[in-house]
Amino acid sequence: MTSDQPTVTLPAQRTCPFSPPTEYEGMRQNAPVSRVTLPGGRTAWALTRHEDVRAMLADPRFSSDRTHPGFPVFVEGQQQIAARFKLSLIAMDPPEHGPARRAVVGEFTVKRMAALRPRIQQIVDEHVDAMLAGPRPADLVRALSLPVPSLVICELLGVPYADHEFFQSRSGRLLRRTEPLAGREQARDELRAYLDDLITEKEREPTDDLLGRQVLKQRETGRGDHADLVSLAVLLLIAGHETTANMISLGTFALLEHPGEREKLEADPDVLPGAVEELLRYFSIVDAVTSRVATEDVEIGGVLIRAGEGVLGLGSSANHDPEVFPRPGELDLRRGDRHHVAFGFGAHQCLGQNLARMELQMVFETLFRRVPGLRLAAPADELPFKDDSNIYGLYELPVTW
Amino acid sequence: MRIVADTSRCVGAGQCVLSEPEVFDQDEEEGTVVVLVERPGGGELEGAREAVGICPSGALSLSED
Ligand code: HEM
Ligand code: SF4
Repeated sequence: MTSDQPTVTLPAQRTCPFSPPTEYEGMRQNAPVSRVTLPGGRTAWALTRHEDVRAMLADPRFSSDRTHPGFPVFVEGQQQIAARFKLSLIAMDPPEHGPARRAVVGEFTVKRMAALRPRIQQIVDEHVDAMLAGPRPADLVRALSLPVPSLVICELLGVPYADHEFFQSRSGRLLRRTEPLAGREQARDELRAYLDDLITEKEREPTDDLLGRQVLKQRETGRGDHADLVSLAVLLLIAGHETTANMISLGTFALLEHPGEREKLEADPDVLPGAVEELLRYFSIVDAVTSRVATEDVEIGGVLIRAGEGVLGLGSSANHDPEVFPRPGELDLRRGDRHHVAFGFGAHQCLGQNLARMELQMVFETLFRRVPGLRLAAPADELPFKDDSNIYGLYELPVTW
Repeated sequence: MRIVADTSRCVGAGQCVLSEPEVFDQDEEEGTVVVLVERPGGGELEGAREAVGICPSGALSLSED
């Protein structure tokens, strides 16, 4: 039941903040491997089933080359911007990707992340203190969601947090689909120039932080150069704060709107790790970043995808596939299933996932323990959701207590 | 049941360590999987099975021998 005639145009909008775009369900039922139209009129394939998305992301015949003209993008012309600079990890293929990832993944092991716990707790507490001491209502995005992961990634990388306004605004513009091409290009150039200078300083005098250690590692192994390190820094800085920030805002919003689930969390701290997995699944904020372009003819879900064709792995559809997640639309903090693809799958599965998990666990635990009276300070349906961004989230979340 | 880990495939996501920290660890330098208990039993075997199903890179398998 697949047709070569595109019936759906992507990106589709969410009509309910708690659900994937409604189009996905129909696609999953009628043509799980669907032909879709993208902005600018190009077509691509979209995968909507959990099994197919996992299969594609684990298959080396699909490339992450985001400069390939067939790579499916939601902003026409995005490939050209990508082509101007070498993108790190997320746009690399074998044989380049493996060694590049190995060079940095040791910084993100479960143990290394656990060692950051006390410092992260301190950062979270300071920001909750400041929020409680400030006026009511407060905007949770400014008070907690953005500063906590930004501070953590800055300290980890060795980027001065004092510059956070600068890089937060640039990365926000890069991710917004409505930002004109020239504006996106400018944002990327400015961010790159800033990190280029920073890396040059670290090359002169290596500091004891992730970027400083990478400088030393490059010297030791003779692999990679200055431009590679700038690219890695850009990726880690953007990926390291935007995504987690959006999950903090959305997760808090969901818990405020589901008092039964909030009670489960407040009653039993052991629910916390599973609760974070469920919130990641439920929102699947990185819906279509997990896209690829086929380098050979490949059959997926019974459909032949030809070399050069683009394929969108729709993560929020996969994570709401009822064959894998019964009653997928229900938020169930005790679901106890970590098979979601909210962090992707295969060789590119999120490098920072264990940092993100820990930050989310610590923020939700601290916030609901210390502010038991926390509630929304605006009607839920009037909140500014990021419907125009490649990563779903909230621009603002007014709360009071 | 014996755990077979192919470190050349491993992408260091650490999902195995989250599934069963008694059985899996990660190399400090490369982040790749280190099997602490080759032949786990009981609850640890269950955790190892979960890790095999969740590992994003297909680096883990269970062998009958
Ligand atoms: C809730 C938070 C996060 C979510 C939902 C998320 C999601 C994802 C997803 C879906 C991918 C796969 C992209 C693909 O397959 O093409 C990815 C890759 C990546 N993420 Fe995250 N991420 C989060 C937090 C972080 C953090 C905190 C960092 C850094 C400290 C980070 C760094 C990266 C990097 C470097 C990659 C590329 C890995 C590679 O290509 O090998 N992410 N992320
Ligand atoms: S889950 Fe798989 S890829 Fe991740 S560290 Fe363990 S073996 Fe490696």
